[in-house]
Amino acid sequence: MSSVSGITPVITPSRFRNPISKYTFYRSKDCIACGRCAQVCKYGVHKIQRKTVRTVLPQYCVGKDCPNPCHKECPKGALHIEINPDFTALGDLRWTPDLIVSTWFMAETGEPPKGGLEYKVGDSKGGFDRLRFKFKSGIQRAVEELREDEIDLSVPLNRRDDGSFKLVMEIPFYGGGMSYGSVSINTMVSRMRAAKILGTFCSTGEGGYPEEIKPYDDHVITQVATGLFGVREETIKRVRFMEFKYAQGAKPGLGGHLLGDKVTESVARMREAVPGFPLFSPFPFHSVYSVEDHKKHVDWIKSINPKIVVAVKVSTPVDVDMVAIGSYYAGAHVVHLDGSYGGTGAAPDIAKKNIAMPIEYAVPKVHRYLVNEGVRDRITIIASGGIRTAHDAAKIIALGADGVCIGTADLVALECVRCRNCESGRGCARGIATTDPELTGLISVDWGTQRIVNMYVAWCKILKDILKKLGMKSIKELVGQKDCLVHLDHMETNYK
Amino acid sequence: MPSKYLIHPVDAPNRNAPLSKSGIIAREEGCLKCPVCVKTKCVYNVYKDRKLDPIKMVDSLDYNCKNCFRCIQSCPKQLIHKSFHQEFEQMGQYPFTSEVIAQIWQQATTGKVPVSGAGYHGPFSGPGFDSMWTDMSEIVRPTRDGIHGREYISTAVDLGDKPDHLSFHEISQGKDHPLVTIPLPILFRLPAVGGIGSNTLKGWGAAARYLGTLISLSKAHLWMVSPKVVQNTIIELDSSHDLMNFQDPLGIEISSELNWEDLYSSAKEIYPHKLIILRVPLKNGFVEVIKRAYEYGIRLIHVQASFEGSFFDSGLHIKDGIRKVHLSLLDMGVRDQVTVLASGGIALAEHVAKAIICGADAVFVDTALQVALECRLCRRCELEIGCPADIQSASPLWVARRSINLMSAWHNQLLEILGAMGIRDIRRLRGETGRAMLFEELERETFRGLNKIREGEEIELS
Repeated sequence: MSSVSGITPVITPSRFRNPISKYTFYRSKDCIACGRCAQVCKYGVHKIQRKTVRTVLPQYCVGKDCPNPCHKECPKGALHIEINPDFTALGDLRWTPDLIVSTWFMAETGEPPKGGLEYKVGDSKGGFDRLRFKFKSGIQRAVEELREDEIDLSVPLNRRDDGSFKLVMEIPFYGGGMSYGSVSINTMVSRMRAAKILGTFCSTGEGGYPEEIKPYDDHVITQVATGLFGVREETIKRVRFMEFKYAQGAKPGLGGHLLGDKVTESVARMREAVPGFPLFSPFPFHSVYSVEDHKKHVDWIKSINPKIVVAVKVSTPVDVDMVAIGSYYAGAHVVHLDGSYGGTGAAPDIAKKNIAMPIEYAVPKVHRYLVNEGVRDRITIIASGGIRTAHDAAKIIALGADGVCIGTADLVALECVRCRNCESGRGCARGIATTDPELTGLISVDWGTQRIVNMYVAWCKILKDILKKLGMKSIKELVGQKDCLVHLDHMETNYK
Repeated sequence: MPSKYLIHPVDAPNRNAPLSKSGIIAREEGCLKCPVCVKTKCVYNVYKDRKLDPIKMVDSLDYNCKNCFRCIQSCPKQLIHKSFHQEFEQMGQYPFTSEVIAQIWQQATTGKVPVSGAGYHGPFSGPGFDSMWTDMSEIVRPTRDGIHGREYISTAVDLGDKPDHLSFHEISQGKDHPLVTIPLPILFRLPAVGGIGSNTLKGWGAAARYLGTLISLSKAHLWMVSPKVVQNTIIELDSSHDLMNFQDPLGIEISSELNWEDLYSSAKEIYPHKLIILRVPLKNGFVEVIKRAYEYGIRLIHVQASFEGSFFDSGLHIKDGIRKVHLSLLDMGVRDQVTVLASGGIALAEHVAKAIICGADAVFVDTALQVALECRLCRRCELEIGCPADIQSASPLWVARRSINLMSAWHNQLLEILGAMGIRDIRRLRGETGRAMLFEELERETFRGLNKIREGEEIELS
């Protein structure tokens, strides 16, 4: 069933010579190069090379979870293990050092971390980070026998019988819009290629449709946003899936802004603009002030490509449920709710922190409302905005989404360190969110594609494991099953 | 509409190297002296800008490092590392945490809205103002050409006596209803932290005048500000002796801790055309004081919270206090006649918007003005040990620029919040809790059922 089971991950190490691992080792002069550490470590952390012992793969060390730690086996007591100070300097409360390094591990190996890393939750002290799955001890056995490929992770995108493409994504994730200009062409092509391999989709963002992604037409979501940059009839005809971007979680109610520095010759050509000048994507659509206007928008797209599947990307205001039902009645197949804590591009800090509600609140609200209206089974809910891990994805699906849209995690798979300087100077120092030719060259498309594919392969393994423990055979069974979850902060509360 | 309100920030660089969260430590021992050191390849030219010899460079590079980890991950001998600055972590006091202080410094330097990539990085929610989110609108626009366009969003508010009708009788008797419009819902107030020198005060006074807002200070401070600024001041009375012989301030503030009834009567008699404000500290019984003040004729109330932004006798937050005042005045049917000002715990632009949503007309900014001048809230000044930022030696011009820059950034951030909500006038934000989302309500609505574990169920360990 699921094609992802057929994908064999390829080990794809860091581009840099010193990977940042959680654990770091110190060897004193007492080391006699006996090789005992290399012998006991089943993860290949240490290696004997030319009669000396070296730590070659510190990122594979499982630290405190190791059954027989090398440093305790050392006959000379010459080996010391410590938490790497560089590791602790990574990340923040939402993307903890553990989450960043475990995402790198998954992107490198295609496997969930084997231990020593907290890869399920961050440290933001609310929302996803305080939600936990609860499993029934008995049920697991009934599905334990299932082979991995018998568990279905696919999500249908079109639930209307309106003659449009019956699109299905093989895994419950698709790639969120990051425009050409905001990210490098290599990043963009890597994400598109990964989407094709994984049997899912990836959005162009608002910056046009570069020729380089044409081979992946069937897996491209072409975005029509308020600035209409690079939107042509031809690019709408080319694809099977398009999205209207009304608002975005990181800067809800505010437009986009591409700084002049990033508007290079090629970006300007794509967007039909002048190089070196900043580009504003205004807010909102200046032709849409009602659900009727939105319907007109959908009709316009459908007159160009009658079978196209339409997604509507909106943010999460107080009345997000009304927005969702309006989108449904205007003919959308997918409503994509973008919560306030996500986003990849530069945005005002005040907007990211304060404007619109976190996705953990918005999805259950919309799900409940659409169920009550009797239309829930005719529209697909996609959630995004602060979904960092496979566990976050599973939790938001249990709260009522059908699938999720991912942006930041893709970038972390490409070794983003979340320094948050995407907008400054020549752009991203890690070669991800930049249009600078030298920095763009830091990432090759092959490397990028494989890192992203690996991460999703690992995520699917984690999801299947969760489903097995819940006694489910399909991700579709999990939708809206809030009962699988507990919120740690509410455990003590007695509600009437 | 009045003409568009613009604040022009002028770069006012730090006088001292600002503290940053982490820095770089490079060891020299074992250095291979590579012909092209990775340090020279820094994308941000951190090492070049410091004019350091890359080979000999061994000290830490403080705030210039942008945390890209490139040099750390590329040095062949792994000699370059990140390390936290303990001094940064220990800096500040809630709500002026080290991160908030760093953000204020940045805004005071450039006057620009803090912008960053890669999503939000802070806690899910928090105490006080952090337990609120503000609304947005998918399709309603505030203006036709963006929040900085020709059609603009007004942040002006009216302070003073706003009667619901005028009477000929009163007019013929010469009764005045003093009313002042300020273009920004923010007034200055002297911070309780730090010694205040005359340079500092001159700078703040000039900034208040430039911004068109008011600065509240005591009579003892009045001589320090330039005579031109006097008309932008509110004088805080210490006693009735103060009432006579000031120059010509715009308003007078009386504390409810004094015999305010008498003070108000005499002040009103001597200065019938001035704004008269009653400052009420947030503690048990404050609503009754405010109700009585209204009966007495007072139309400007200043609810004062502690440094942390809480009540003086309980853990309640200033937002709860503002809400109570707003709702009580609504119940009395007089909300529109009264101006409510709030102070205490206002550290970020979002606090201004949220205080207004709770029901204030405008807020006072105090400690943030001191922090803008590179104050670290170390409180060494209180022990009379030297100020590490030597604030008192800063020129009035620099002080004014830093304060104006901070307000420029805050003004633009208010526009962002209003723009997202589709609101064109900040006066319409007052008391609009329907356009806010509250943590307690959303938590209850969303997670209330998710609290049971039955027999035979277990929580997945993290």
